Amino acid sequence: MSKSIRIGNGQGFWGDSIDAPVRLLRGGPIDYITMDYLAEVTMSIMQRQKLKNPDRGYAHDFVAFIDKVLPELVERNVKVIANAGGVNPEACQKALMDVAAKHGLKGVKIAIVTGDDILDRLEPFNAQGEKFANMDTGEGLFDQKRDILSANVYAPTNGIVEALDQGAQIVVTGRGTDPGLVLGPMIHEFGWDWADWDKLALGTVAGHILECGAQCTGGNFTNWQEVPNMADIGYPIVEVNDKGEVVITKHDSQGGLVTIDTVSEQLLYEMGDPNDYITPDCVVDFTSIQLEDLGNNRVAVKGVKGKPKTDFYKVSISYLNGFKATGQLTVSGPDAYAKARKCADILWARLEAAGYSYADKMTEFLGVGVCHDGIRHQEDPPEVVMRVGVKDQDRKKVDRFGKEIAPLVTSGPPGVTGFAGGRPKAQEIVAYWPALLRKELIDVHVDVSEV
Amino acid sequence: MKRVKLAEIAHARSGDKGDGSNVGLIAYSDRGFEILREQVTVERVKAHFAKICLGSVKRYEIPNLKALNFILGDSLGGGGTESIKTDAQGKTHGMAMLEMEIEVPADFQR
Repeated sequence: MSKSIRIGNGQGFWGDSIDAPVRLLRGGPIDYITMDYLAEVTMSIMQRQKLKNPDRGYAHDFVAFIDKVLPELVERNVKVIANAGGVNPEACQKALMDVAAKHGLKGVKIAIVTGDDILDRLEPFNAQGEKFANMDTGEGLFDQKRDILSANVYAPTNGIVEALDQGAQIVVTGRGTDPGLVLGPMIHEFGWDWADWDKLALGTVAGHILECGAQCTGGNFTNWQEVPNMADIGYPIVEVNDKGEVVITKHDSQGGLVTIDTVSEQLLYEMGDPNDYITPDCVVDFTSIQLEDLGNNRVAVKGVKGKPKTDFYKVSISYLNGFKATGQLTVSGPDAYAKARKCADILWARLEAAGYSYADKMTEFLGVGVCHDGIRHQEDPPEVVMRVGVKDQDRKKVDRFGKEIAPLVTSGPPGVTGFAGGRPKAQEIVAYWPALLRKELIDVHVDVSEV
Repeated sequence: MKRVKLAEIAHARSGDKGDGSNVGLIAYSDRGFEILREQVTVERVKAHFAKICLGSVKRYEIPNLKALNFILGDSLGGGGTESIKTDAQGKTHGMAMLEMEIEVPADFQR
């Protein structure tokens, strides 16, 4: 008999719907739930948390989710794979073990995959001659002094597969690739060869389609009017069988839309060169993908061609690069746009008169045509939101900017409102540094603990 | 021939790619894809996004999806975490692309 499994993604990013993974679990048949918590900036936030408290530095939301559903997961044998470990997978594992013990469960295996965190190895690597050249600018990481917050390689998927092979119910990783969360269980279930590039590419494409949650099931879709019951939108599921057939779908009981159009949009999301989509596991040619609409919110993915993996891992480094602040006021008509421009002129003139200048400053007039600047414009809307911001290395200067917005309500043109939430304060700018590192320098580790 | 907006023949999605954005533009039909190929050139896209895209435009063809992929260089004011623009991630650039006007045969249906 043919074997088929269903893998769903219940979390597209840290901050996505808290209910989505629960609805994915309870909405119909499912074998694996994947959850993606990590964006580039997330690792730096978690690193800060860990510095303050060595027991933190991972996605707490994930532990809360597991606490809510663990007995159900065990009863139905649904496995969960999440990159919730952040910069402290060990602490996340311990918290999950405590949850399992609290529920009185026995024999539940919780695994962590580590080896991606290279923050403490940057200096030794540098001493060995690794430059960590910026992939966009070519500049070396150590060419000038930088306040580095986090450094992680995008780890390959073999750690997830090994953890599942050892019987883990829950697999927690640090930084891996988003598609790897979906590719991992396919390799585990069907024993795909690590050099079967077409298979690895197929699983990677499925993972790419699923990785942003509802963005392939009708969310963010151009023809949003066609999407049924968006309030109860189904999160995506991939069905895959031992013949290597892959179908993107969702639970029948939930809203949303899975068609060639919704899936195509997600395939192109954050796409660079479609001929070479590089992951640690393989290189995918997106110009090979064939989609077929099977009806009833089912789209088959076929024909995917893969190429051998490269010799390098991508490294995601975050560092502190000054401060920023933004604030806004709502300016009502008549002459809302003219008055908003006047407000901005006054604000910048007052800061200049007080002796403040900035590395970068920005003025937007929302309602007039900001997002589509130069494409759609409305000269006289009934109200305009003036949005202003600055960037600078000097925190005090940025804080001073935040104090200059509220005074406009009483010392500028009439009919200005919408100043709420207090003075905007300087926020750290966490900048992102992409680089490459030779693969032989990195080892992935798997630790499986049993309650 | 008649002038219509790209939205009549294609749909789109956009997101960030470093300090640039990517716009995936997908035709509803094979005939529509030929029109995209001919008319939605790098030059036209650069002119359309003149006030948004301060860098160069790259174009890739993905015929199997009836799609073009554009990279709009230097269009996010410093990129995802560093930008102070409202649309720091280029999320709205796809919808902006669909505002472009193109020429289609008078009897064209998507």
